[in-house]
Amino acid sequence: MTARLDRPGLLFALIGLVGLVLPLVQFKANRIVPGDGVSMALPLAGLLALILLGGCLRWSHGLRLAAALAGLGTVIAALGGTARALMADGPALARVAPAAGFWLLLLAFALMLTDAVTRLRPALHWRWLMLAGAIALVAMVLSTGWLDQVSVMREYAARRDAFLREGVAHLYLAFGSLGLALMIGLPLGVAIHQAPSARGPVLSVLNILQTIPSLALFGIMIPIFGWIAANVPGAAQAGIAGIGVFPALVALFLYSLLPVVSNTLTGLSGVSPATQEAAIGLGLTRFQRLTWVLVPLALPVLLAAIRIVLVQNIGLAVIAGLIGGGGFGTFVFQGLNQTAMDLVLLGALPTIGLALVAGIALDLLVQTLNHTTPRPA
Amino acid sequence: MIQISHLTKLYDGKPVVDDVSLTVERGQIAALVGTSGSGKTTLLRMINRLVTPSSGQVLIDGQDTAAIAPHLLRRRIGYAIQGHGLFPHRTVGQNIATVPRLLRWSADDIRARVDELLTLFQLDPDAFRDRMPHELSGGQQQRIGVARALAAKPDLLLMDEPFGALDPVIRAKAQADLRQIQRQLGTTLVLVTHDMAEAILLGDRIAVMDRGKLVQYAPPADILRAPATPFVEALIGPDMRPFHLLSLTPAFQIATEGHAIGAPIPREATLRDALAECLWSGRDALPVEGGGVVTLAALRQRAAP
Ligand SMILES: Nc1ncnc2c1ncn2[C@@H]1O[C@H](COP(=O)(O)OP(=O)(O)OP(=O)(O)O)[C@@H](O)[C@H]1O
Ligand SMILES: [Mg+2]
Repeated sequence: MTARLDRPGLLFALIGLVGLVLPLVQFKANRIVPGDGVSMALPLAGLLALILLGGCLRWSHGLRLAAALAGLGTVIAALGGTARALMADGPALARVAPAAGFWLLLLAFALMLTDAVTRLRPALHWRWLMLAGAIALVAMVLSTGWLDQVSVMREYAARRDAFLREGVAHLYLAFGSLGLALMIGLPLGVAIHQAPSARGPVLSVLNILQTIPSLALFGIMIPIFGWIAANVPGAAQAGIAGIGVFPALVALFLYSLLPVVSNTLTGLSGVSPATQEAAIGLGLTRFQRLTWVLVPLALPVLLAAIRIVLVQNIGLAVIAGLIGGGGFGTFVFQGLNQTAMDLVLLGALPTIGLALVAGIALDLLVQTLNHTTPRPA
Repeated sequence: MIQISHLTKLYDGKPVVDDVSLTVERGQIAALVGTSGSGKTTLLRMINRLVTPSSGQVLIDGQDTAAIAPHLLRRRIGYAIQGHGLFPHRTVGQNIATVPRLLRWSADDIRARVDELLTLFQLDPDAFRDRMPHELSGGQQQRIGVARALAAKPDLLLMDEPFGALDPVIRAKAQADLRQIQRQLGTTLVLVTHDMAEAILLGDRIAVMDRGKLVQYAPPADILRAPATPFVEALIGPDMRPFHLLSLTPAFQIATEGHAIGAPIPREATLRDALAECLWSGRDALPVEGGGVVTLAALRQRAAP
């Protein structure tokens, strides 16, 4: 009997069934008080239970994928539907927030989906298409307005402009610090590759930087940059300040340096000595060796560094909200101050989404490159 | 022509190549042999200035190589190494085209040259041009490495144990091909090898290195008949001497009038092959294709100093 059952499927079913028992949403009188749990409509719950139990059988991967999508769709639809029904005759200040049941069901079907995609082993271009499709699907669901009565979306509706602004600021922080780290880190990595004696000291300094907790780093920077802004002529005009975007950018940049520098070094060191000797022996100049041979061969490792840094910085940029640096962190800390969890979610959910998309997209990019430029065994 | 005079390389004050002088005439092959660590690679790499000499000179066609920018010098000199060093992210065609591209040949000339070289090395251009190096066998990679070294038609080719990693059958084929191509192109070749048999087969002259010093530089027959030092003698291996000697001469050169029975041996077969055939088939004389016979007595005479 157990041989006929799918083990990961069993796990997902277990998570999902617990989710079905717990309340789908919290119905609250206003955005800060705790509310009462409301469960899903019974027919929908029955449908979800069927899908979850079916997932325990040895279904084909395609069927599993379809089932996971159907499950996800149903959970989202149930969330929006329940919120609409509750708000239709509730007071204007009332809120319907997703609760434990919703999150567990979302988790169960998301896991089922990932599992199905992994087992399908789709070709690279299919995975690109799937990523694009997933983004389009989320955008479509949000634009239909079906979820507009859910608390997070209510918070969004109240600060549309701010959301856009902080979103741009968040991307600016993440990509800006990445750009800075590449501008400084790549040459630094190349330099310590050429001068092995400098490797130890440079890497140790970067290692120490990496271990400073982010809050502590901000704490150190506020007085330092504040002092510079106050005492160095022109510094304040150039944007240097103890709080705001500048220290946030610097902190993210410092955290990015180690992965960029060490991966540059690893990538360059991975190029076989015979290849390098041939490049010199054939008469390539130092610059040509770097651009024709070393960098292209180190590229997959460099991209891996960019992936690490980008995902890390998208997450870390939340902290910038604490010192007025902007970004989605602004909502998170506002929400924490007001004990309004919906506002926290408004900051956290897009951050998670961005990090996921960036991570998957860069993974795919690395694989695409590895496909076209295989490295020697 | 390449003239090396009083070339010395010191590492930590110790000579690794010690006052070496030798001349390789245009179109000739010089084989550098010696035990491991005797300075062969260092000597070779001083020719294209991958290693800067501590003292002494290298002249190529009368021009002092120290007076040329190293990367420009290297583009004029073909260089092939053990483990081929092909660029793994570039196709076979792009690999071969490296130096012509550096020299800014036109795209048409480069394409024509790549196809010409692939054909010369018996690889079908249409099948191999766009392959990646990892899609080739070791022997094919090695040939591409040599083709790349020859791409810009250098007058001088340097090779450091180019066949070291090949199995004996493929190595013999690669050696024969190299000899033929070198004769065809008239390239001057300096070849480092561990293998005395390879040096004897390919070298017009053999340079024997011992602890950084050049102890003998002479044609293979002279090295075999009159080794300058006990070290040279040991390197040849006393048990191998008659066989190496016989391997220098093709059968037709000593063929005489006469009559012999049995299957004939090819004209180009070496006397060593002939001896082996005599012993194996129990014959005292062998017919040679195209006329004449080789006798066991003649072989014996040839195998002695
Ligand atoms: N960059 C270097 N620094 C210090 N010593 C070196 C360096 N390169 C080579 N040597 C030393 O010089 C000597 C000769 O080395 P070389 O590579 O020329 O020998 P080789 O004859 O090619 O040996 P093999 O047959 O093993 O390749 C060796 O003792 C080696 O340790
Ligand atoms: Mg060597």
